[in-house]
Amino acid sequence: ARRCASPAGDKMAGADGDDSLYPIAVLIDELRNEDVQLRLNSIKKLSTIALALGVERTRTELLPFLTDTIYDEDEVLLALAEQLGNFTMLVGGPEYVHCLLPPLESLATVEETVVRDKAVESLRKISHEHSPVDLEVHFEPLVKRLASGDWFTSRTSACGLFSVCYPRVSSTVKAEIRQHFRNLCSDDTPMVRRAAASKLGEFAKVLELEYVKSDIISLFTALASDEQDSVRLLAVEACVSIATLLPQEDLETLVMPTLRQAAEDKSWRVRYMVADKFSELQKAVGPEITKNDLVPAFQNLLKDCEAEVRAAAANKVKEFCENLPEDSRETIIMTHILPCVKCPEVRLNIISNLDCVNEVIGIRQLSQSLLPAIVELAEDAKWRVRLAIIEYMPLLAGQLGVEFFDEKLNSLCMAWLVDHVYAIREAATCNLTKLVEKFGAEWAQNTIVPKVLGMANDPNYLHRMTTLFCINALSEACGQEITTKHMLPVVLKMSNDQVANVRFNVAKSLQKIGPVLDSNCLQAEVKPVLEKLAADQDIDVKYFAQEAVSVLALA
Amino acid sequence: MSSGISATEKVDGFTRKSVRKAQKQRKAQGSAQFRPQAGNLSPGELSALPQLRDAPSTEQQELFLQKLHQCCMLFDFLDTVTDLKSKEIKRATLNELVEYVSTNRGVLVDSAYPEIINMISTNLFRTLPPSENPDFDPEEDEPSLEASWPHMQLVYEFLLRFLENPDFQPSTAKRYIDQKFVLQLLELFDSEDPRERDFLKTILHRIYGKFLGLRAFIRKQINNFFLRFIYETDHFNGVAELLEILGSIINGFALPLKAEHKQFLMKVLIPMHTAKGLALFHAQLAYCVVQFLEKDPTLTEPVIRGLLKFWPKTCSQKEVMFLGEIEEVLDVIEPTQFKKIQEPLFKQISKCVASPHFQVAERSLYFWNNEYILSLIEENIDKILPIMFGSLYRISKEHWNQTIVALVYNVLKTLMEMNSKLFDELTASYKADRQREKKKEQEREELWKKLEELRLSKIHRNQNNTHSLQNSSSNNNNNNNNGNREPEDHSSLTFSSTDSINPETSMLNTQCAK
Repeated sequence: ARRCASPAGDKMAGADGDDSLYPIAVLIDELRNEDVQLRLNSIKKLSTIALALGVERTRTELLPFLTDTIYDEDEVLLALAEQLGNFTMLVGGPEYVHCLLPPLESLATVEETVVRDKAVESLRKISHEHSPVDLEVHFEPLVKRLASGDWFTSRTSACGLFSVCYPRVSSTVKAEIRQHFRNLCSDDTPMVRRAAASKLGEFAKVLELEYVKSDIISLFTALASDEQDSVRLLAVEACVSIATLLPQEDLETLVMPTLRQAAEDKSWRVRYMVADKFSELQKAVGPEITKNDLVPAFQNLLKDCEAEVRAAAANKVKEFCENLPEDSRETIIMTHILPCVKCPEVRLNIISNLDCVNEVIGIRQLSQSLLPAIVELAEDAKWRVRLAIIEYMPLLAGQLGVEFFDEKLNSLCMAWLVDHVYAIREAATCNLTKLVEKFGAEWAQNTIVPKVLGMANDPNYLHRMTTLFCINALSEACGQEITTKHMLPVVLKMSNDQVANVRFNVAKSLQKIGPVLDSNCLQAEVKPVLEKLAADQDIDVKYFAQEAVSVLALA
Repeated sequence: MSSGISATEKVDGFTRKSVRKAQKQRKAQGSAQFRPQAGNLSPGELSALPQLRDAPSTEQQELFLQKLHQCCMLFDFLDTVTDLKSKEIKRATLNELVEYVSTNRGVLVDSAYPEIINMISTNLFRTLPPSENPDFDPEEDEPSLEASWPHMQLVYEFLLRFLENPDFQPSTAKRYIDQKFVLQLLELFDSEDPRERDFLKTILHRIYGKFLGLRAFIRKQINNFFLRFIYETDHFNGVAELLEILGSIINGFALPLKAEHKQFLMKVLIPMHTAKGLALFHAQLAYCVVQFLEKDPTLTEPVIRGLLKFWPKTCSQKEVMFLGEIEEVLDVIEPTQFKKIQEPLFKQISKCVASPHFQVAERSLYFWNNEYILSLIEENIDKILPIMFGSLYRISKEHWNQTIVALVYNVLKTLMEMNSKLFDELTASYKADRQREKKKEQEREELWKKLEELRLSKIHRNQNNTHSLQNSSSNNNNNNNNGNREPEDHSSLTFSSTDSINPETSMLNTQCAK
């Protein structure tokens, strides 16, 4: 009872002569090939074949063939689903676009999610090319078939298609579509409810306001209290769209009870979603509700018992503060937000957005309320937290001025130099350079240089090396005088260090600071030391000493 | 980023202590399984009640309920300093309760059921915390263990003893052990703690056995969990445990199998083979599949075709597992079923034999050590030998691994003994066959090139409608040239046939073949 080949065959033999049989025969042979790669190639060339066949035979032969062939590797089906989305011109334009529906309908029911999603994407794309009549005659029945399919895959796919046909069909059909959507929202399988929940916002956008209030709100409320948290969290996403659609006076009664409940959901995944969507929610509900409802909710999220939730909320601190109504912004931040900030993740996030928060409430006030936090974070157990703080030191220094800096932060900057993580020591060194650029050489000589040079006598060779790294970084900013008078003697003395790593770093340092020194000094003091190091018993020391000699042209 | 850290820390001379410290700290944070939620009881002091066995029998029941109530208090096990006394009281009470329900008769009066279930739900049902390690690899990483296990273990123990108590009345319990209860239990199977999953497995099995009314629901929910695992999250810790339960459920299916069960096999169990973490539950999965085939041998063909469809393309480790499963299936296959799938199956085996990964090649060559499979091959040697010969012959000359070469020689020898005439013919035509394949390959490329030209000329023609006359005439010339050669080209494209096929019949074949 299969559609037999004879009519198609006759046509093939007819019209254009034998040559035009060629493409479809090639395709068919290739589609039957055992090698999946060849089948894939041939599907990817589908438009070539269709073009070669012409629009009529694409419709009458190629598409039925493809519809029948749909049992293949998912890779092939994926390629097919994608191709068909761009096929409108190849079947003869919008007038015939509905010919593409049968193969895409089959593809929308397969198990593999990527194939199904791609088929739905293509269906959505070609839905716009249907005339309103075709949409009702061909497209909408397909959506209905999918929505009442036996296996969950077709119902899942249907969820993505309601919103594209709803705006362009008659009011009776509209009522049917709404009914189908309602059914899927209370589907038996959580997979379908998830799909429906994820399309709820999109569907709400195309509905008339009266139906948003009557239909969507009840669906939203039901999905938001689903037994599965994976469904509930998707309802949070829909909340943003729904709140945007409703007039302000309805929000309190229709949306807020559900949103409040979601923010305190027993599943951290739902709370995470609320935190993650917080800025969008804030914009959607407007300033009044934000002040009364969202501020306490946000406080709770910042104090949540799961770090994931806290971190997601912390990510939103900046946007949340920026979007607060100006008249109450500062009070809210100072009295409600900052005190919640206890855990390092949240604080770190605030500090890494310092320049932004700064624009909102001003550096002086911020530094007073944040200073304890900064001091604490500077000694945090996680090195990445410390690293982030170091990176903000130059900014803080610039804002606070030298006096305040010396008093509060200088000791921290020095402590980082002996941190046990190299990345911290490295960043601390780099930080010193930036500070000297800000506060000048004299400040450096009085506050930093003595401490740095003091470390040259540390029993730990890593600290001694840090002295060298600091000198490398500072010599240029400090200038010739300080370098020659204070730093060079220390470097030269360290050439006798018993650890080879220190000695070859002396060679490297000399090479680095050489350009800052004058030539007398180079010849008289640096050259002998490098020559001595070039005869060192350690191969690396020799190497770097020789390199320094040649770079500084002392040979 | 994380690899960057460890690299720095290795280079650095003295961070080891800090690393150790940081890890310790993380561990403590992460094992924070217990989260006192708003609704739960806030931890307070517990005071010890008198022992149940010391109470007069008239007061025992009341005391039992009091103790159940007392055990609803939850404690934070991350905090190792506070509430020590209360934690110990609860532990002792739970122990006493376990003993009470497992040794005494007549203690399960109707009024105790809701209290018992309430205590169990309060203690066990919770949203599992986010995974310690977002890229948790169950094969490599240590699971994070449940911090409040000292209490939770006893609650699980209690639930098990409760279900196994001879006085246990499913008809009374079903009001409390309902769909919602089971669903929450199933959700806990995602726990990272293997001890917890092990308890859950036994408990769910008992519930399935005792509550006939919940069976369909349990199967359907497991179905949903699996589908979600396959198509949505790719992550669920309890797959192996659920499959183990299913293994024994399938064992008990009545014949003929219901459509629902067959659908479960084909739409859930077979696609499950695509999961990334297959190694963690493959043994249980293969057991379920074989159970189905032992029940209903006619499922063999769809199962094998399903496995072939999902055959791993890049993961050799999984390929070895698939081969193992195929052998298990072949061990129970009926000869009539074997004939139905031998061709596609041995095409795949022939590819595996030729795999450059020696474990894959080795695993597939081991099939020839299986007496039953050998007998099936011998029965169908005229079909199988032509499929296998090419790969075996080539591998015997080319494989890098000497063990494989030796195995291949043995297999070739066995096959030769089965049908030496066919073997000689295949040896004689081997070279010619390879050359023909190569030629086909070239011709295919040619064809596509021509097709591309055809497309370009059409585009050209469409674009230059005004010059259509000239263009189309030149097109026709091209096309005619192609047309003349066509029959030959087609014969070269059709793998199975050497006859020259004319395009019409080729079309016809495709459509009628299905």
